Amino acid sequence: MPKHETPMLDQLETGPWPSFVSDIKQEAASRAKNERNVEFQIPEDVCDDLLGVLELSYKHGRTHWKHGGIVGVFGYGGGVIGRYCDQPEMFPGVAHFHTMRVNQPGGKFYSTEYLRQLCDLWEFRGSGITNMHGSTGDIIFLGTTTPQLEEIFYEMTHNLNQDLGGSGSNLRTPSDCIGQARCEYACYDTQALCYDLTQTYQDELHRPAFPYKFKFKFDGCPNCCVASIARADISFIGTWRDDIRIDQEAVQAYIGGELKPNAGAHMGRDWGPFDIQKEVIDLCPTGCMWMDGKELKIDNKECTRCMHCINVMPRALRIGNDRGLSMLVGAKAPILDGAQMSTMLVPFIKAEEPYDDIKEIIEKIWDWWMEEGKNRERLGELMKRQGFQKLLEVTELQPDPRMVQEPRSNPYIFWKEEEVEGGWSRDINEFRKYHQR
Amino acid sequence: MAFISSGYNPKEPMKDRITDIGPRKYDEFYPPVIAKNKGKWLYHEYLQPGVYVHVSETGDEVYTVRVGGARLMSVSHIREICEIADKHCGGYIRFTTRNNIEFMVDSKDKVQPLVDDLMGRKFSGGSYKFPVGGTGAGITNIIHTQGWIHCHTPATDASGPVKATMDVLFDDFRDMRLPAHLRVSLACCLNMCGAVHCSDIAILGYHRKPPMLDHEYLDKMCEIPLAIAACPTAAIKPAKVELPGGEKVNSVAVNNARCMFCGNCYTMWGDGIVIMAGGKVSNRISAPKFSKVVVAFLPNEPPRWPKTTETIKKIVEAYANDARKYERLGEWAERIGWERFFEKCELEFTHHLIDDFRDPAF
Repeated sequence: MPKHETPMLDQLETGPWPSFVSDIKQEAASRAKNERNVEFQIPEDVCDDLLGVLELSYKHGRTHWKHGGIVGVFGYGGGVIGRYCDQPEMFPGVAHFHTMRVNQPGGKFYSTEYLRQLCDLWEFRGSGITNMHGSTGDIIFLGTTTPQLEEIFYEMTHNLNQDLGGSGSNLRTPSDCIGQARCEYACYDTQALCYDLTQTYQDELHRPAFPYKFKFKFDGCPNCCVASIARADISFIGTWRDDIRIDQEAVQAYIGGELKPNAGAHMGRDWGPFDIQKEVIDLCPTGCMWMDGKELKIDNKECTRCMHCINVMPRALRIGNDRGLSMLVGAKAPILDGAQMSTMLVPFIKAEEPYDDIKEIIEKIWDWWMEEGKNRERLGELMKRQGFQKLLEVTELQPDPRMVQEPRSNPYIFWKEEEVEGGWSRDINEFRKYHQR
Repeated sequence: MAFISSGYNPKEPMKDRITDIGPRKYDEFYPPVIAKNKGKWLYHEYLQPGVYVHVSETGDEVYTVRVGGARLMSVSHIREICEIADKHCGGYIRFTTRNNIEFMVDSKDKVQPLVDDLMGRKFSGGSYKFPVGGTGAGITNIIHTQGWIHCHTPATDASGPVKATMDVLFDDFRDMRLPAHLRVSLACCLNMCGAVHCSDIAILGYHRKPPMLDHEYLDKMCEIPLAIAACPTAAIKPAKVELPGGEKVNSVAVNNARCMFCGNCYTMWGDGIVIMAGGKVSNRISAPKFSKVVVAFLPNEPPRWPKTTETIKKIVEAYANDARKYERLGEWAERIGWERFFEKCELEFTHHLIDDFRDPAF
């Protein structure tokens, strides 16, 4: 017999897609049975009450959670988000239901041994409900009480060699794509760079000293599987600057139909025979490809590395060998002036340990933003307020047409005094010698 | 429920304290075939929906079986994932950015038993626990936020609309019939923790009533200057208010006409869903695009949000029928023109869709 009736939620148990309602019910039943004899440190019926309060939200069409109080672990200003139920008498099991963000491993690879350790800890000291994973990338532990926070942190750091992630006005937990671990498109080792910067900037990650949140995301190529260009204050996007490697025999195999275009990604429909002219050459955004008899030619200087031809013919075309990454800055999702996409700041930089060149740019950006950024102002907003030219000035980078969609269409340039021959001060009396009043 | 100490002593919080150690290092968790072939992969190929192979220059192969996950997961469910990974995959597993779970095996003969095992597991209510799919020119899992399960500012639920939408789009999760891949995302309020602003189809929770003011408690519970500063449209100003008992308190006044319902200052209702479409993040063929608002408001209809899922289905079908191979939803809309997009998707164009917040788009 369930603790709370949940007629609306029950309707989300049918249908093919995995039902989170069935899963929470399964956890509620598992806690009630407690076959492992766990000495639960938060109420045993926490999952029942979670379903109960969610059903109430379904009935009211409104949330029953409130923010409030600063909770966290000693010495850190992030990683824990306080959450309380606004109907604690009805649902005492979730009266205090704080979130903990746990810094996920790169590429989100796990051993089952380690995942089970996390499960054991979270069943013992929390609700047993998680997000795998949160939007930023962390493992999310959903729901525990204030006295358990330090205990969980202690066990995590002492027994699991694991730290919390970021929240609040700090460096948010960086996240990466699968990269070279299992992808032939990756132009740099996303996991290595993500890990290195995460370790280098632990202080910035745990102790909020920034005007607002700051995100790093690492995409191995311009396909952007972790959406860095849309949501990171600094997007690290893999690229190359030499030639696409061509296997002409494989090109012919695609033309002849022996190889499936786009790695077979369109197999659910008969799109007719592959037409390299129509499907690759004509769709190239810069028109830099052509067939010369049986040879596919690419004018690599004109290629913008959009990935289309490589995506369509992965066995014939491969990324170049002189690889690195582009750094784009200033993306964010919501509000103020609306969403912003990252914009190009560093067209090409090598991604080689110890990544000093990259860190130098990051730190110059941070110095500027921490000095000039207003409370709750994202980097992209500061860039709009003070101008991209200011960013170039503070990062000491040279302007480049790749940084703009097009040059300005107004001529209202704010010349600086030192840019104008002779400066701005003039002698009015000298002027009057030649120009009457 | 006796309190059991981890060893932490609250009287001496710094004793033996370990901090700033960061995450576990990624290469501890690579399956052997990944550790051996990292950086050596030659190409990949889809074998069936949800199954693909990567081939290395060493001759090694890794077969990946991708399954949808609900993101909201219990430890019981994760332990079942571990059990499957131990049985078939040598004890390793990974998750994708879009909340899928990837089971990897190192030879082809291990694929079908794994797929059969995964598709054979169902929850008591009848849904699949581990549906295989979400690859190539199809629809993969929905990126989403917390909603009513845990958030304090949501305008809609997250897990519920996602479940309802994925039920409706399930055939396309299990197929690759679309002109290109199609990404659906959900954010339960316009703070957009789910970063839905560059998705082929975005479901966005939206409030439509300005904040309620609890004058008696406002100054006790929040820093008034911060509440004022939090407003992106400068709609909040300080005010002295006389309570019914005659007491004068410091509070704020809201210029309702300026409110765009972001929730930064907290607590607003009148909630429902905005549908956006035509965004993308990849640089393929055309530059990344923002999603555009195509339906200004749909009511919250728990538990299954039928108007929302019907609208999404209509957009997907119109796109599937009309777009050219490789064309993303936004590229298709731009080629045929937005007039034709609304016609083909059978959506009404209302005045709300004309931008009056940022750049005028006329």
